[in-house]
Amino acid sequence: MCLGIPGKVVDTFEEHGILMGKVSFDGVVKKICLDHVRDAHAGDYVLVHVGFALSKIDEDEAKETFDLLEKMGGLEEIREPKT
Amino acid sequence: MKYLDEYRDPRAARKLVAEIERIQTRPWTLMEICGGQTHTIVKFGIDRLLPEAIELVHGPGCPVCVTPLEMIDRAHAIAVRPEVTFTSFGDMLRVPGTGSDLLALKAEGCDVRVVYSPLDAVELAARLPDREVVFFAIGFETTSPANAMAVKQAERRGLSNFSVLVSHVLVPPALRAILESPDNRVQGFLGPGHVCTVVGTEEYEPIAERYHVPIEVTGFEPVDMLEGILALVEQLETGRAEVRTPYRRVVRREGNKQALALVREVFEVCDRKWRGVGNIPESGYRLREKYSSFDAEKRFDVAAIEARESPVCISGQILRGVKKPVDCPAFGEACTPQNPLGATMVSAEGACAAYYAYGRHLAGVTG
Repeated sequence: MCLGIPGKVVDTFEEHGILMGKVSFDGVVKKICLDHVRDAHAGDYVLVHVGFALSKIDEDEAKETFDLLEKMGGLEEIREPKT
Repeated sequence: MKYLDEYRDPRAARKLVAEIERIQTRPWTLMEICGGQTHTIVKFGIDRLLPEAIELVHGPGCPVCVTPLEMIDRAHAIAVRPEVTFTSFGDMLRVPGTGSDLLALKAEGCDVRVVYSPLDAVELAARLPDREVVFFAIGFETTSPANAMAVKQAERRGLSNFSVLVSHVLVPPALRAILESPDNRVQGFLGPGHVCTVVGTEEYEPIAERYHVPIEVTGFEPVDMLEGILALVEQLETGRAEVRTPYRRVVRREGNKQALALVREVFEVCDRKWRGVGNIPESGYRLREKYSSFDAEKRFDVAAIEARESPVCISGQILRGVKKPVDCPAFGEACTPQNPLGATMVSAEGACAAYYAYGRHLAGVTG
C-alpha cells in the first residue's frame, strides 16, 4: 500500500492550478500529480504513490525498484483497469 | 539457502547473512514496520535465512489492515445511499465489513468505484455534479499528501459534492505504543523507507533516544532489507540506538517539505483507533475545522456507527510483535484471506495474509 512505483516523466503541465505530468511506467503512461516535486522535468525518474510523485530518484534505483515490484506482483495498481 | 537464487544479487545476500551470523552474539527481536517489507520477508524467506537467534516480528504497517471495522461499516452506510458515488483504493474496497465488502455492494446496484488516485475521485465529482462523490481516505504518512491535495483541489474547484471519509494513521505513535506495552519484545526497528520519503527521519530520533532502540530506515528489496538487519544487529551488539538511513538514496532527514506543508494545512493530529490494537493517542489525522465541510462522517452522519470484532482473532498481539500468525488457532482454518477474521488477514500486506499466501499454514511446509 505504501510502496512507491518508479516512473519516467514524459511531460509536465499545469492543470487546475497544480503541476501535473505524464509519467511512463515501463510503457504504461499515466497522469500523475507532480506538485510535490516541482523541480521534476521530462526525462527525470520519480517515485509515485497513488498518483502522486513523492521524490525524484536516479535511473538505476528506478530500474531496480521496478524489477522488484514486478517480481512481487506490486504493479497491479498501475495496471488495474478503472471500474 | 534455497531462496537466494531469486535475489537480485544472491552473492551480496549470502555475504550479508554470513556477516550477521559472524557479529551476532545474543538473541535479538527486530520488527519491520512496513507491510511491503513483511511481504518481502515472507516471500523471500528472509526470516529463515537468518540465524535462529534473530527473530523478525511483523509490525502494524498496513493501513488497510489497521482501518477499524466500524470505519468500513460507516463507509458501507454511506455507499448504500442512492445519491452517493463511493470511491477508494481497490484493496480498501475489498475488505469485508460486518456485512459484505464495499465492492460487493456494486452487485446490489450501488455506485462503488476503484480509483487509482484521490484526484480521480475529485475529477469524478467535477464530472458528476448531481452525485455526491465520497472518497475513503485511508493511509499512512505516505498517502497523506495525496489525500490532502484531493481536499485542497475540491475546495479550489468549488466542488461541494465531494467529501472524504478520513481514517489516516501515523507510524511514530504506533512505535511508541508498541515500546510502552508491558509485553513488548521489540529491540530494534526496520523503518519504512517510502513513508520516510514524505516525513523524513527526524520524528524517529526522539523514539530511538527515549526507548534506546535502534532504527534503520530501509527499502523493501531483499538485499536492502538484509543490509538494514545487519546494521540493526551491529547497533544492538555495540549498545547503540541511532536512526540511520542506508536508504538515503530516496530519504531525506527532513522529508518532502512541500508535501508536509500541504498535509499540515488540511489535516490535524487526532487520536485514532487502530484495528486489532485499539485507541492510540495522537496517532492519526482528521480534517482541520477549515475543511470540515468536506468531512463525509459529518455530512452523512455516520460517526455513531460501531462494530464488534471477532473474539478469536489475535491480530492485536501480532501487530505488536508479541505473537506470530502461526500462533493463532484460527489461522488458515476459520480465518483465511477469503474469510478474514481480523486486521492482519484482510489485506495482502498483512502478516497473516502474507504467511497464508506463501503456504505457511500448511503442516510440514518449510518453504
